[in-house]
Amino acid sequence: MTENVSLLFGRLGPDALPFYSWVAFSGALVTLAGGLGFLILVTWLGQWRALWTGWLTSVDHKRIGIMYIVLALIMLVRGFVDAIMMRLQQAMALNSDGYLPPEHFEQIFSSHGTIMIFFMAMPFMTGLLNYIIPLQIGSRDVAFPVLNAISFWLTAAGAGLMLISLVIGRFSTAGWTGYPPYSGVEFTPGVGVDYWIWSILISGVGTTMTGINFIVTILRKRAPGMLLMRMPMFTWTGLCSSVLIIFAFPALTVSTVMLALDRTLGMHFFTNDSGGNMMNYMNLFWIWGHPEVYILVLPAFGIFSEVVATFSSKRLFGYPSLVYATTVIAILSFTVWLHHFFTMGAGANVNAIFGIATMVIAVPTGVKVFDWLFTMFRGRIRFEPPMKFTIGFMCLFVIGGMSGVLLAIPPINYSTHNTTFLVAHFHNMIIPGVLFGYLAGYMYWFPKAFGFQLDRKWGSRSFWFWLVGFLLAFMPLYALGLMGMPRRMETYGNPEWQPLLIVAFIGACLILLGIVSLVMQLWVSIKQRDALKDTTGDPWDGRTLEWSIPSPPPVWNFDSVPVVTARDAFHESKITGVVLSVAPEEEPLLIPRNSTVGPIIGAAGFCVGFGAVWFIWWLMFAGLALAIAAIIGRSFFDDTEVEVFPGEGAESI
Amino acid sequence: MIAASDKVEEQIDEETEFGFWLYLMSDAVLFSLLFGTFAVMSSNLAGGPGGSALFDMKNLATQTALLLVSSLTIALAHHAAHTGHLARTLGWLVVTCLLGAGFLGLEIKELSGFVAQDAGPGRSGYLSAFFTLVGTHGLHVTAGLIWAMTLIAQFLIKGIGLRMTSRLYRLTLFWHFLDIVWIGVFSLVYLPEFL
Ligand code: HEM
Ligand SMILES: [Cu+2]
Repeated sequence: MTENVSLLFGRLGPDALPFYSWVAFSGALVTLAGGLGFLILVTWLGQWRALWTGWLTSVDHKRIGIMYIVLALIMLVRGFVDAIMMRLQQAMALNSDGYLPPEHFEQIFSSHGTIMIFFMAMPFMTGLLNYIIPLQIGSRDVAFPVLNAISFWLTAAGAGLMLISLVIGRFSTAGWTGYPPYSGVEFTPGVGVDYWIWSILISGVGTTMTGINFIVTILRKRAPGMLLMRMPMFTWTGLCSSVLIIFAFPALTVSTVMLALDRTLGMHFFTNDSGGNMMNYMNLFWIWGHPEVYILVLPAFGIFSEVVATFSSKRLFGYPSLVYATTVIAILSFTVWLHHFFTMGAGANVNAIFGIATMVIAVPTGVKVFDWLFTMFRGRIRFEPPMKFTIGFMCLFVIGGMSGVLLAIPPINYSTHNTTFLVAHFHNMIIPGVLFGYLAGYMYWFPKAFGFQLDRKWGSRSFWFWLVGFLLAFMPLYALGLMGMPRRMETYGNPEWQPLLIVAFIGACLILLGIVSLVMQLWVSIKQRDALKDTTGDPWDGRTLEWSIPSPPPVWNFDSVPVVTARDAFHESKITGVVLSVAPEEEPLLIPRNSTVGPIIGAAGFCVGFGAVWFIWWLMFAGLALAIAAIIGRSFFDDTEVEVFPGEGAESI
Repeated sequence: MIAASDKVEEQIDEETEFGFWLYLMSDAVLFSLLFGTFAVMSSNLAGGPGGSALFDMKNLATQTALLLVSSLTIALAHHAAHTGHLARTLGWLVVTCLLGAGFLGLEIKELSGFVAQDAGPGRSGYLSAFFTLVGTHGLHVTAGLIWAMTLIAQFLIKGIGLRMTSRLYRLTLFWHFLDIVWIGVFSLVYLPEFL
C-alpha cells in the first residue's frame, strides 16, 4: 500500500473532505444540515427522553417497523436526488461535460443503485413485515424482539456509513455490483469501494437475522387455528422472502468479504494475477443477486394480494395457486443467476439452459396476475390510492415482464445487455413491482399504525405523478437501448439520443412531484387527523386479523388472542355476526422491556465499518469488542420482561 | 421480577432452538460457498507452494483428534447438565475449552508457520482461499470458546436451570456443527494433498 496510514487516524486526512466538486460539496452540506437540523429539532422540542425510551431503545415490533420505514423514506429521497442528478447530466451532456465531473457521476450511479436496493427497498420491506406480520398471525410480538432491534440498528449503521461517505471521503465508482477487477485495489484505490463493501456487509448481517426472526415468528407464533393454508398472503410471501434471505445472504457476505480481503489484506480471490478468479465473484454475487430480486418482490406481491381482495370486497381468487406460485418462484429464483452474465462466455448450452429457466419463472408469475384479475372480476372495486397503485402495477408489469423474457433469450441479450434497455427493464420491474407495492402497503396500513387515514386526494395525485413520470422516464430508455446507448454514460456524441434523454429528465421531474405529493399527503393528513380519525380499527372493511384490533394497536397487540377457524376469519365473523372466540389466557401478559443493546450494537457496527474503511484499526477492534461485550452482558440479564394488564395506560410504556 | 412460568420458558427455549437451527443452516450455506470457492481455486498456485509442500500430517492428526474428542466432552457436559450435575457439567466444559484452545493453538502455529515461509494468504489464489476457509472455521471455534467460557460463568452464578440447559444445548449443536465443517476441511482440503 502506498498510502500513509497513521496509527490514530488510519488513512483519514484533510483531503477526505469533498472539495473536489461543488456538487459533492453541496451534497455534503445538505447531509450535514439534515443531521444537525434533526438534532436541533429534537433538543428544541425537548423530546430526547421520549425519543430514547419510546423509539430508539424500543423492542416493540411496531415501533421498529415504523423506524425501518422512516429510514426507507429518507433513503428514497436521497436515492432519488441521485437519480434526478443523473437524468439532468445526461439531458445536458451532448458533446459536453455536463455539470458533473466524470468521477462524481460514477459515484452517483453507484450510490443510487446501492441506496435504492439496500437502504430503501430492503428497509421498506422489513418495516412492513415487522409491523404487519405479527398482527396478521395473531401474535403479540416477533419471536426475538431484541434481535429484531439489533437487526434494525445494524441496517441503520450501514445506512449511516453510506450517508457519511458523502461527507468524509468518497463513495465507490464501481456500480452497485462492484465487479472486479475494476473494484480491485489496483484499479480503484481509496475508500470508495470499501464504503460500499462495509455498508452492505453490516446491513446484510442485520438482514440475515431478520430472516431467521421472521421464519420462527411465522412458523411458531401463530394464533390457535391459524393453519399454514389459512395465513394471509402477505404473511406467506414474508415467509418465502425470509427463507430466501437466510439462503441467499451468505453469498453476498462471502463475495463482499472476499473483495475486502483482496483490497485490504492483498489476497487474490478476484485479482487479475496471482491466481485470482474474477468469474467467481460474478457467480457469488448473483447467487445472492437474483434471489434478492424475489426477496424484494414477493412481499410486494403479497401486498397486492391483500389490497386487491380488500378493495374488490371479495375473497382472494385462487389462494392455493397463489401460495404454490410463491413457493415455486422462491425455489426457481436460485436456478437462474447466470442470466446476469450471459455475455461472459459460459457457452451456448449453459446459456440456453439458464435462459429457459428464466422464462419458466414467468409462468408462476403469470398465474398470480390472473388470480388478481379474477379477484377483481365482478367485485365491487373501490379505487382508493392503494388500489390505484395496484392496478398501475398490473398494467406496467406486463411491459416489464415482456422485456424480461426478451432479455432472457441469449442472442438478444448479447445485443442489449449493457445498454439502457436493461436499465429500463429492471426499473420497469422494480418501480411498479416493488416500490408501488410498498407504497400501496404504506397507504393501506397507515391508519392501522397511526389511528387516522391518509388523505385520498394527495394519494391519488402521487399515484398519477409516479405512473406518468415512470412512463416518461423509462420508456425512452427502451428506445435508447435499441439505438445502442450504453448504460452509465456521463457524456455522449450522438445527437439523436438527446431528445429522448430530455423526455426522461421530464419524467424524473414528474416523479419528483410524486414524491412531493407523498410528503404533502402526510402533512395534510397530520393536520386533519381528527377528521380522518379511524375509530373502528377497520377503515377499509378488511379481511385479516390486523383489522380486528384498535388503531393504533396496544403494545401487546391483542387483548386476548383470537382463535382462527377459517381463512379471512375476521371477515367471516363480520358477515356471520359471530365474534371471534378467544384463547383462554393462562399466563400473565408479559412484554419485553426496552433494551439499549440495539443502539449499542448499531454504534459498534458503525465503528467497525468506519474503522475498516479508513484503516483505523483500533476503532474497528473497539467496535467489535463493544458488540461482543454487549451481547455477553445482555445474556447475564434475566429480568427482561414486564407484566402489563390490558386496558391500562398503554401510553405509559 | 416476574418469573415466567416453566411452560412459557420452555416455549421460548424451543423457539430459540429452532431459530438457532436456522442460523446453522445459513452458516452451512456460507461454508459451502467457501468450500466451493476453494475447489474453484485449488489449482491456482501462481507459482507458489501447494498443500503437499506445506501440510504436516502429524499436526493435522493432532488437531483433528482434539476437535473430535472435544465434541464428545461437550456432549458429556450437556448430558451432565440435563441430569442436574453442576460440578460435572463445569468439569466437562472446562475440558472442552482446553481441547478447543489446543486446536486453535495448533492452527495458529500452522498458519503463522506458512506466513513465515512466504506462503501467506497474499501469495496465491489457492492460499487466499485456503486461509479464508480455515480461518473462518477458526474464528467460529474462537467464538465457541468465548461462548463456552461465558456459559461456565453463568453456570457458576445461576446454577442449572431450564434456560441454562437450553443454552448449553445450542452451544453443543454449534460445536458439533464446527466438527462437521472440520471433517469437510480435513477431507477436501488436507487429505487430497497426502494421497
Ligand atoms: C425513482 C425514480 C428512479 C429514477 C429516475 C432512476 C434513474 C436511474 C438512472 C438514471 C440510472 C443510471 C442508468 C445508467 O446507468 O445509465 C439508474 C440506475 C440504477 N437504478 Fe434507478 N432510478 C429510479 C429508481 C430506482 C429504484 C426504486 C431502484 C431500486 C429499488 C433503482 C435501482 C437502480 C439500480 C440498481 C441502478 C444501477 C446502478 C448501476 O449502474 O450500478 N432505481 N437509475
Ligand atoms: Cu436475475
